[in-house]
Order: sequence, then C-alpha cells, then structure tokens
Amino acid sequence: MAAHLKKRVYEEFTKVVQQQEEIATKKLRLTKPSKSAALHIDLCKATSPADALQYLLQFARKPVEAESVEGVVRILLEHYYKENDPSVRLKIASLLGLLSKTEGFSPDCIMDDAVNILQNEKSHQVLAQLLDTLLAIGTKLPENQAIQMRLVDVACKHLTDTSHGVRNKCLQLLGNLGSLEKSVTKDTEGLAARDVQKIVGDYFSDQDPRVRTAAIKAMLQLHERGLKLHQTIYNQACKLLSDDYEQVRSAAVQLIWVVSQLYPESIVPIPSSNEEIRLIDDAFGKICHMVSDGSWVVRVQAAKLLGSMEQVSSHFLEQTLDKKLMSDLRRKRTAHERAKELYSSGEFSSGRKWGDDAPKEEVDTGAVNLIESGACGAFVHGLEDEMYEVRIAAVEALCMLAQSSPSFAEKCLDFLVDMFNDEIEEVRLQSIHTMRKISNNITLREDQLDTVLAVLEDSSRDIREALHELLCCTNVSTKEGIHLALVELLKNLTKYPTDRDSIWKCLKFLGSRHPTLVLPLVPELLSTHPFFDTAEPDMDDPAYIAVLVLIFNAAKMCPTMPALFSDHTFRHYAYLRDSLSHLVPALRLPGRKLVSSTVYPNIVPHEDPSQQFLQQSLERVYSLQHLDPQGAQELLELTIRDLQRLGELQSELAGVADFSAAYLRCQLLLIKALQEKLWNVAAPLYLKQSDLASAAAKQIMEETYKMEFMYSGVENKQVVIIHHMRLQAKALQLIVTARTTRGVDPLFGMCEKFLQEVDFFQRCFIADLPHLQDSFVDKLLDLMPRLMTSKPAEVVKILQTTLRQSTLLHLPLPEQIDKASATIIEPAGESDNPLRFTSGLVVALDVDATLEHVQDPQSTVKVQVLYPDGQAQMIHPKPADFRNPGPGRHRLITQVYLSHTAWTEPCQVEVRLLLAYNSNARIPKSSWIEGGEVSPQVETSIEGTIPFSKPVKVYIMPKPARR
Amino acid sequence: MPEIRVTPLGAGQDVGRSCILVSIAGKNVMLDCGMHMGFNDDRRFPDFSYITQNGRLTDFLDCVIISHFHLDHCGALPYFSEMVGYDGPIYMTHPTQAICPILLEDYRKIAVDKKGEANFFTSQMIKDCMKKVVAVHLHQTVQVDDELEIKAYYAGHVLGAAMFQIKVGSESVVYTGDYNMTPDRHLGAAWIDKCRPNLLITESTYATTIRDSKRCRERDFLKKVHETVERGGKVLIPVFALGRAQELCILLETFWERMNLKVPIYFSTGLTEKANHYYKLFITWTNQKIRKTFVQRNMFEFKHIKAFDRAFADNPGPMVVFATPGMLHAGQSLQIFRKWAGNEKNMVIMPGYCVQGTVGHKILSGQRKLEMEGRQVLEVKMQVEYMSFSAHADAKGIMQLVGQAEPESVLLVHGEAKKMEFLKQKIEQEFRVNCYMPANGETVTLPTSPSIPVGISLGLLKQEMAQAGLLPEAKKPRLLHGTLIMKDSNLRLVSSEQALKELGLAEHQLRFTCRVHLHDTRKEQETAMRVHSHLKSILKDHCVQHLPDGSVTVESILIQAAAHSEDPGTKVLLVSWTYQDEELGSYLTSLLKKGLPQAPS
Repeated sequence: MAAHLKKRVYEEFTKVVQQQEEIATKKLRLTKPSKSAALHIDLCKATSPADALQYLLQFARKPVEAESVEGVVRILLEHYYKENDPSVRLKIASLLGLLSKTEGFSPDCIMDDAVNILQNEKSHQVLAQLLDTLLAIGTKLPENQAIQMRLVDVACKHLTDTSHGVRNKCLQLLGNLGSLEKSVTKDTEGLAARDVQKIVGDYFSDQDPRVRTAAIKAMLQLHERGLKLHQTIYNQACKLLSDDYEQVRSAAVQLIWVVSQLYPESIVPIPSSNEEIRLIDDAFGKICHMVSDGSWVVRVQAAKLLGSMEQVSSHFLEQTLDKKLMSDLRRKRTAHERAKELYSSGEFSSGRKWGDDAPKEEVDTGAVNLIESGACGAFVHGLEDEMYEVRIAAVEALCMLAQSSPSFAEKCLDFLVDMFNDEIEEVRLQSIHTMRKISNNITLREDQLDTVLAVLEDSSRDIREALHELLCCTNVSTKEGIHLALVELLKNLTKYPTDRDSIWKCLKFLGSRHPTLVLPLVPELLSTHPFFDTAEPDMDDPAYIAVLVLIFNAAKMCPTMPALFSDHTFRHYAYLRDSLSHLVPALRLPGRKLVSSTVYPNIVPHEDPSQQFLQQSLERVYSLQHLDPQGAQELLELTIRDLQRLGELQSELAGVADFSAAYLRCQLLLIKALQEKLWNVAAPLYLKQSDLASAAAKQIMEETYKMEFMYSGVENKQVVIIHHMRLQAKALQLIVTARTTRGVDPLFGMCEKFLQEVDFFQRCFIADLPHLQDSFVDKLLDLMPRLMTSKPAEVVKILQTTLRQSTLLHLPLPEQIDKASATIIEPAGESDNPLRFTSGLVVALDVDATLEHVQDPQSTVKVQVLYPDGQAQMIHPKPADFRNPGPGRHRLITQVYLSHTAWTEPCQVEVRLLLAYNSNARIPKSSWIEGGEVSPQVETSIEGTIPFSKPVKVYIMPKPARR
Repeated sequence: MPEIRVTPLGAGQDVGRSCILVSIAGKNVMLDCGMHMGFNDDRRFPDFSYITQNGRLTDFLDCVIISHFHLDHCGALPYFSEMVGYDGPIYMTHPTQAICPILLEDYRKIAVDKKGEANFFTSQMIKDCMKKVVAVHLHQTVQVDDELEIKAYYAGHVLGAAMFQIKVGSESVVYTGDYNMTPDRHLGAAWIDKCRPNLLITESTYATTIRDSKRCRERDFLKKVHETVERGGKVLIPVFALGRAQELCILLETFWERMNLKVPIYFSTGLTEKANHYYKLFITWTNQKIRKTFVQRNMFEFKHIKAFDRAFADNPGPMVVFATPGMLHAGQSLQIFRKWAGNEKNMVIMPGYCVQGTVGHKILSGQRKLEMEGRQVLEVKMQVEYMSFSAHADAKGIMQLVGQAEPESVLLVHGEAKKMEFLKQKIEQEFRVNCYMPANGETVTLPTSPSIPVGISLGLLKQEMAQAGLLPEAKKPRLLHGTLIMKDSNLRLVSSEQALKELGLAEHQLRFTCRVHLHDTRKEQETAMRVHSHLKSILKDHCVQHLPDGSVTVESILIQAAAHSEDPGTKVLLVSWTYQDEELGSYLTSLLKKGLPQAPS
C-alpha cells in the first residue's frame, strides 16, 4: 500500500512540474500574434513619418522571439513599400537587419524581398542600411553558396554608387561574403564567381578616403577568411602608405604586414637602383618608416606590427637601433657607444669635460642619408615618441623581436635600460617586464646594471617589485656588479622595509645564479678578518639576513665557500635554514651532518625516491579492502601522516601529497562514520552520538569542495572521483538523517533530492562510468529502478548496505597539481593602534596579498571581513586590482572599505581571503541543455566559498559621530 | 606671373634677429621681429628702412606674426611698432602674448638701467605695443582680411611656440619659427598636417647635426645630480629664467618624487615665479603627461622646488639650486658659484651654451683658476659638468617636418651658411624640391601657378555625369564642353545654352563646310551610295542615313555629292557640319580624303 502511495506521490509531483511548463509555453504563444499585430496596427495608425518612427523605435526596444520574426518582417516590408519618408525606411531597413540576426531564425526567406527593395531604393542612406541588412543575412547563412554569390553580385552592382556610404557597405559585404576560390571556370548559372580581390583592389584608389579604408579593411577581412592575397597587392598598398588620411595609412600598414607574412621570401626590386631585397625586409623598412608618421594612431599601429615580423634579416633589424649621429658634419658616437668604450677601456667616468662627446672623424657629405628608406633608427624614434602609447608599443615590439634574436637582444639593451627613466610609470613597468622576458639572452654590463639599479629607489612598489623580479633572472658579468646590486638592494631595503620578502627572494636567485662571482666577495660581505674575530651581527637585521641569503644560495653551488664562514655564520645558517627554509637551501657543511643528505640537486637520481615513496604508500592504501576495518583505519591514518610530512619536506610534491592526503582523509572519515555504533542500535537511542557521523559527512563535503577548486591542474578524471566521494557523503548524510529524525515526511524530499543527484552524476560523467567498476555509484545505478519505486526507509537501507560494501576508488594523480594558497602581507595584524574612523562613514583598509596557483583570480578571489558581532561582509575586488608578476602567481592589491556603527572600545575585525566556487560551472554545458527541467543557473553565481588564507586581525575603532 | 617673394631682414644665413618679409599674392607679411644678441649698435634690430624710407609701416605691411617669445624673435617688436611706427595687427599665440612682455621688460631693464642706453624703448612702449597683439589659438584659422588667413601649428621648442601657415587663396607659405621634433619633459613635438604649401620657411640651427637620444642626456643629468646630493654636495645649475629651466625643474621634480628624495631644491626668485605661473595656466600647450595628470596635480606646482633666499647658500647639507643667469657672468648664479667653488664635493652643471668671456665658458674649457674682479683668484675645486638641452630640431627632424608638410619648395633661415649648404643639398636630393637660403636683404622670388577656382553649374555637371558615368578614378582630368563666364572676378562654367540666356545673346550657328575631291567616274547618286555604304561599314556606332534627295547624313553631318564642273571624272563631296560636331566632322573629312575603297563592281 505504502509503495503504491509513494508512487502516486511521485507521479503527482512530476505532473505538477509538467503542467507549470505547459502554462509557460502557452503564455509565449499568446503573446506572439499580438506582437506583430500590434506593430501592424501601430504603423497603420501612424499619421506622420515622425509617428511611425516613434512606433518603430518603441518596437525595437523589445526582443522578438524566433517564431514570430517572420510575421514581423512581413509587416515591416509591407510598410516599407508604402513608406515615402526615407528616415522611416531607414529604420525599417535597420530593423530588418536586427531581426535577421535573431537566434533560430533563418533569414533566407526575406532575402528576395531585401534584394528587391534594394533595386528600387533611391536614398543613399537607406541603400547603405539595406546593404548592411544584407550583410547580416549573408553572415547568418555562411553555408548557402547561391545566396552569397547573389549578394556579392548585388554589392558589385552598387559599387559605382555616388555615395561613399553605399560603396563602403558594398566593400564590407564583399569582404565578408566574397567567395574565396577564384573562379575556376564560368559558373553554370551565369553568376560567375567574381574575382573579389581584383574588384576590391580597384577601390584602393577611390576618391573618398573612407571608401579606400573600407576597401583595405575588406581585403584584410578576405585574408582573415582564408583567401590568399596576391603579391601584386603589395605595391598597391605601398602607395597607400603616403595617403593623406590617417585611417587609410593605418589600414595600409596592416595590409602590408599581412602580405609580408604571406610572401616573406619573394624578391622585390628597390626603386631607383638595380638591387633587389626580400619582401619581408622591404615591408619592414616601410613599416619602420611609418613609425615617424604624422599621426600617432598610425605610429602605434606600425610599432605594434614591427614586433611580429620575426623573419626579417638581422641586418635590417639592427638598423632599427642605429641612428648615425653627427655634429657639424662630423661623425659622433652615441652615448651608448661611449659608455661601452669607457667600460671596455677600464675608465669609469663620463661627460666630466665639456666636449667630451666632441665629434671625431669627418663625415662624407654625400654619403649621409637623412631620411633613409630603410629601417634606420625606427625604434630610436619610437622610444622617444611624444605619445606614451607609441612608446609602449615600441617597447612591446622590441621585446618580441629580442626574444627571437639574441644578438638583437644584446643590442636593444641600452635602449631598454634608458626606458627605465620614462616619465610615465606604465612605460617604465613595461620596459622592466620586457627586460625580464629577454634576460636569458643578455648579460648586463656594469654601467647598465648601474642604471637599472638606480630605479630601485623608485617610490612605486610595482616598479620596485618588477625590478626585483628582473634581477632574479639577470646575468651579471662581474663581481663588482654583484656587489653593486647587493648594495643597492640593501639601500632599497632601508628605504622601503616592506620590500623585505621581495628583496630576499631576489638575492636568493642572484646568489644561486652567480656562485663564482659571490665567492671572492664573501669575506667582505661577512666582514670576517683573517686574524681577528669580529662582532657577531644581529640575527634579526633584515639586511644581514639578505646578505646571508645571497651567500648561502651561492654556497650551494660552490662547495669551497663554507670554509670561509665563521662560527656564528654556521649557527645563523642553522637558524635560517629552519625559519626561512624557502630562501635558504640545504648545504653540505664540513663537519656537520646534513639535515637531509639526499637533497643535493646534482646527485638527485632521475627516479626521485620521494616520488617513489609517495607512489608506494598510495598503492598500499588502495589495496585496502583486504584489511579489516580497524587495520584499514590505522593504515589510512599512517599514510595521511606520511603524506603530510612529505608535503612539508618536498615542496615540489606538496600539491600531490596534500591532494592525496585530503582524499584519504575523506575515506578515513567515511570509514569511521560507518564504524559508529549508531548503526547497530535502534535509532532513537543514539541521538547524541550521531553528531560524529553527520559531522563527518559535512567535513567530507567540505574536503571535496576544497579538492575540486583549490588545486590547479585537476583534470576530469579526478573530478569524477571527487564527485563520487561527495555523493557518498550525501548518502551518509541521508542515512544519518533517516536514523535521527522521526517521521517519514521530510525524508521524501531528501530521498528525491538524493536520487536526482545520482541521476545528475550519471548524466554528467556518463563517459567515465566504466572506470567506476564496483564502486558505490556503480552499485547504486544497478539498483536505481528499485530505488525509484521504494519508499524512503527502504532506500536508506539499501544505501547503507551499498555504502558499506563500496570500495575505495583509486585516485589517479594528475601530472602537475598545485594547491592554491594566499598570504596576506598587509595588513600585518601587528598594530596596536586602532584604525579610528567616524561611525557611519567608511575607512579604507589597504589589503595586499600574494596568491599562488589560483586560476582566474579575478572572478574567484574575494575578501571577507568578519566583524566582532558576527556580521560578515564579502568584498569583490576589481579585476584591475590583480597583478600577475609571474606564471601561477598573482598579487592582490586592493582597498577594502570598512564601516560600522559606533563601538565603545576598539576591537578586532578579521580579514581573510576566500576562494569562491561554483561546482556547476565545471560541468560541460551540453548536459544542461539536455536536461531542460533543471533550471539553468547563472554560471557566474557563487555556490560557496573556501577560506584559503590565514585570517588577519585588524584593530579598528568606529567613533560615534560628533554632533 | 604670380609669385611669392621672400626677403630676410635678419636670420638669413645667420642666427638671431629673426625677421623675414614675405609677399604673397599682393599681401605683405612680416614674420618675427627679433633682436640680435651679438650687437649693441644699430645692427641689433632689423633694418626696417628696407620696407619704407619714410612714412608709416602700416601702409606696407598687412600683418606681423611672432612665432615665440624668445628675444631673437620678438625683441625688436616695441621698437618696430612704437618707434618706427606700425599700427597693424600683430599675431602671436596666447602664451607668447603673456610671456613676451615680461621678457621685453627684462631686456629693457638690462639695456637701459644696467648699460645706460638712451633712445631705447620704454615700458609704456612695450605696453602700447602689446595692445596691438591679436592672440590666436592652435589650429585656429584667423582671417586677417578678406583674402589673407593665418593658422598656427604646435612647434614644441618653448611654451607657446608655433609654426604659422600664411595663406592667400590657394597659395600658402609655412613659417616654422623655432621648433623641436622630439618631445621633452614639458613640451610635445612639433606637428603639421600635409598642408602642401608653396614654400616652407624653416629654421636650420642644427642643419648638420643628428642628435643622440634625449634619454641618455636626461639620465646622465639625473645621475650626476643624484650622486652629488647623496655625497652631501651642493649642485648649482645656472639657467635662464624661461624655457629650459622649466624643463629641468620638471625633470628634477619628477625624479625627486619618484625616488622619494628629501634634499631641497631651490629656484632663484623674481622673473621665474611669474613665468611659472604662466606655465601653470597654459597646460594645453604642454606634453601628454602633464596634460593628462594636471587634474590630479599640476606638474608646475612644484612640491620639492622652493623659492631661494640668499641666506640659503650658506646652509649646510646637500641642496640643488637653479640660479639665473645661465652663463655665470653676473648675478645670483655667480654669487653662489663663488661660495661653492672651493669644495670638491659640489658640482655645477651648465645646461647650455656659454658665450666666450663669461665665467661659464672659462670653466667649461677647463680653467681651474679664475681671476675675479679685484685681483682675487678663485680656485675651482667643484666638479664642472656640461649638459646640452637644446630644443631645436636636428637635421633628421627638419627633414621629417619637410616630409610631413610636403612643400613645393623650401627656404632655410636661422642657421649658419655653411651648414645650410649641406642641408640644402640634402633636401634637393631627397625631396626633389627647390631649396633656397638667402642672405639678409637678398630676395628670393618664387613663381607660383595658383589654381583658380571655377564654379560649375549643377546642370552641366549632371549632364556630363549622365553621359560618361562615374568612374572610380574621379580625379583624372576629363574633357568637358561648356562656356566660361567671367563676371565680377568670379568664374563660372555653364552650358552654352545657359550662357546665351544669361548674357542675352542670340545663338549663332557656325557651320564648317569642306569639299573633298573624289575620283569617280560614276554618277552622283552612285557615288553617294558608295559613300553611304563605306561610311556605314566604318562608323558602326553612328547613325548613317541615305536621304531620298541623294545626300548622306552621319548624325547631323551632311554629305552631298556633285559632279565637278570641269572634270566629269571627279566628284566633289560637300561635307558640312556644325561647330558642335567638329570632332566627328573633321574625322569624316579625313576619312573621305583617303578615298573610297574600290567597289567590287
């Protein structure tokens, strides 16, 4: 009876849902005719064109469903024929275009009408709009060759129109729809596929600059669609470079770039000489010339494109940095050359005398070419440009070219270093980043290093940090260079103590990159003396730590160095190795036992033993089902402990170890929960103890969310397992609730929900189900038909047995997995001075945090503020607040606004970072559309959050407002 | 023949005393009115008697244009307008108008009060002179009179410096004044559109120099200052109050800001404060950075730079002082120099050129012991540095500007003859345009071919378009029939019918007739038939008809055949056509003259 009843309940339930949907669709249908009809009535009512226009404008504000589009279009067309006022016709034409873009509507039916009205139209503006509409139709139907051909035909016909607007649109149409294959033979239908390229090319010399621009754009569009442009276009485009209008020149530069990428190796003659050069070189020269164009838009465009011309020969490339200096017709060396010479000659002062830069040899007047056709000095000009946009573009281009050519990198160094002193911070920052990117190819000279280091005193934190980052990967050539860098860094440290961490890290890399250069500096740096003992430096001095970090990292690669250490250095080493283990490597010290002798990078065998250990311990666990529950628990606990320790020791394995440990912890919790005595006793007696089981379920849920979202590099394989674990947790929750609650009513809902979850799981991971042999879900799905029909109590019982029987699934480990982490640097939470502000007003709190391995931090990372009264506030930082200083790392620098009503005394608020997640976003979209009954949520919505940083306490004091 | 005449009164193959007379389409314009720093006699001002011996200059000049406030460009202005006498308009930009009187007054003070010159212009004269000034905005087209218009372009160089385009009808001249093609810390780069003037008059100070990048110099300068200050030394920078001084101030100010330095910077007071005030006002004339950030903070409101007091020079500790004048020949800069010269920790930086004989020149040429007045010997232990911060375009920049403007010819002024020669050669070689470099008083005459605008009636244009259609290359020359009407100095092209109607004239038919002798023994009718078939076979596009009266018509051309009165074997073809069909008619005659093809008969 009960079973029957339940069935009915289910039936009824589903029915209700269906009914609701039906009503909804009916509603839609009802509105449909009314819409076009209303428009029709409106338009008929309209007495004047202005009225009609108003109605149309109103109409355009509302969306139209796909089914009713055709009706609306018919009515619009009808009115179009009748309408005399061009402005109304224009609006109708634009509406037609909009409507034909409607999703799910196939516009081929209005094609004929549109072409028809086009032929009779007189107004140029309306014509242009109609062509636009045709373009919309054409792009909607990319498959239909006949229509495309016809449209192209129409466009060609109107190309001779007197209005530039119409010609513009025609060219646009040709660019977007023109057939890509050249007509092989005459087409059968007489609509010969035209040589679109030729037609478009003819309009390069149109009288209207807008049409010329449109023609070039159309050509670029054709290229984008895959048409191979002819090389002949190159000459046409070159002529356009001297056009009077900037938009034409700008487009022409693009076109030249495109052609040069298509035919880099073909040979073109140099005008007024018999020589020939490669096309790419010629194009490069031409684009370089545009870097000194009159319009900055063109300059930016040209400078940007230069960067991507990598095939250019090095001879031309190096010219871009060359500007023959002269003074009074005598050759003069650039300051760069002079600096280099001074450096190589051993002197180190410049410009002390007037006329130090006095020109030397005479220049042959005939040979001086003041406006070179070539690339001469393009970057010199670009980097000196008035507009910072051009300068940034030039720096970017330099970066790209330098990355592909080491010799060019060496040459452009001087110029990049100069850019460190630009007046705009953005440019400075960009050039520092650029330098970092090409640092593999270069070694800094001492004088260059000097200039670079001077920027360390910059008041902008971004600049300083970028510079530290740069120093991390620079090659320095001399020991003086290292010393200079250290001195400047220490100066920086005293001036801006907040840079401490960044500087230490910088010195770590500096040391490990240049062990041999650091070696001769050690006695001086440690101020040791061959005969006398010197005073022991203060261990807490950040500057001293900085020096030690440099030395210890160098010592790692230089085994003779420790011999130079004094006793207290060894003691300090031991202390730092423990307290700042990420900065201080393990050293092989004479007469001391190593902390871990295996960790010596040179002799690390290919098969990492710790990796092996990890694998072994995991394998051991997966053979779990053969043990008794007690043994299993112990083994799990043991393994988790091992893994945790391993993660601490081996930073590169931390991600994997933590991830696995979390999984095992879930399993352990599950086993423990199932071991509870609660299951053996009648339900009512164990109300209190059930706490443990339900807590376990909750904890497993949390852990699974963490596993899914806090690790970068989690693949679908793992997601399945994680979801599976979550499903088990949900099952556990259900069982526990079934045990502890009286009455059956609430259980109906829960069971239903759980079964939905199972169903959902099945649909999402249908492809992975074969891997889940023998698992909980596998068994559950087998029993699904039975579950659907049985009443809750029975369901619970089935679940319980399946849960007990289920085995631990093997969690395949991904290649690279990293745990997301965050550290709040500021506020430091040490201040005893409360932040005072008037209640009701806001106070801005600067938050500065580093994030590691967070994917897409802009949308996921939030700041949470917890007030003492339990009130919590979540702040979404702006996307611009995130900086990306390196791969996998982000920096959040933002302001959090705090406000509260007045307090009697200062109190602490907690600030922490949260990782927001939405489990639905990960699931492939198609499953949503299939299962239409599941209401699709907004994808960006936040389902939950995981705190992933240590909370920081901030002392605040909202004062009552003074009256 | 219309022509443009240019006569430099100053700055022709010379630097200083810029003053150039331009006659263009009957208008006379004077460009700049400067003084020469090298002379103290009559030669310091341009010779205005060249324009007119007696009588006021107003009658001979349509306007005067001042490019910027440097004295070698505006120093003679009060003399010219008040003492020689000129009441016409004087054009300059707003910043120039604001700063110019300050400098003139300063110049007057030195000349009159210090040197005790008589017969010099007075303060009142400066004021009166400035009343005649009309200020212009950048890119604003100012109509001087009905025909003459001028337009200002940004020139960099100093605050408010402008290049001017002078235009009458379709003839135009561009005068650059002094300009700078590379931006600096407070000003942008000169810019001009493709205005294609008939003549470009450009300065050529650095005709034979290609300069190194500005950044190196700036960096060197900052590094030197910074190092000295860090050592605890004092830095003295002798400057002239306007122009470069502001650039250096901005440079140091931003550097101080960036590097968070606390060392005081001082600027000797007086003239400067007033000038700085104007720099603050004319933000739109500065460079991108200053323009963009002035909403947050006006860069000329210096945070770190304070007014200098005489007593500060003895303060211990590091400091940076800007002091006038720039060549260390007198005044505050020399006083401070004497105080600081003995300490090797200190430094003096000369940011510009120094005239021979000044202390500045002596120390730059390496002299370490200076004889001061009263037989004192001053030993210079401080470091002496030279930094060139000049704001003129170098050879490359000049070429760049010529390339931008695309003039028909170029004229060089404001430079040394020898250097001009080189640049002239280069310009002629690379742009293939004429280049001139007249000396002072020498006149250059340029013939021009001004285009004359003609109005065309819409009817005629439409008719023409209907006939030929619109071709893509609409800029190609095309043949068009019409009547040119000249009435009250404006020209119109109309169709002949309309012209007749307008002028109230009756139409005269003009017919050409021509006889062609044909050797043909057959009858007239037959000849006519043959002509008809022959023409029909050749002129396929035309309507060839054989009329019943025996004549043949091709369109409106009539051909009749008649027997020759004397020789019956010869037929005379009478071809007659109207004036409008001239083309076809003459073609037909030449065709018939070749004779008919032999009939197959």
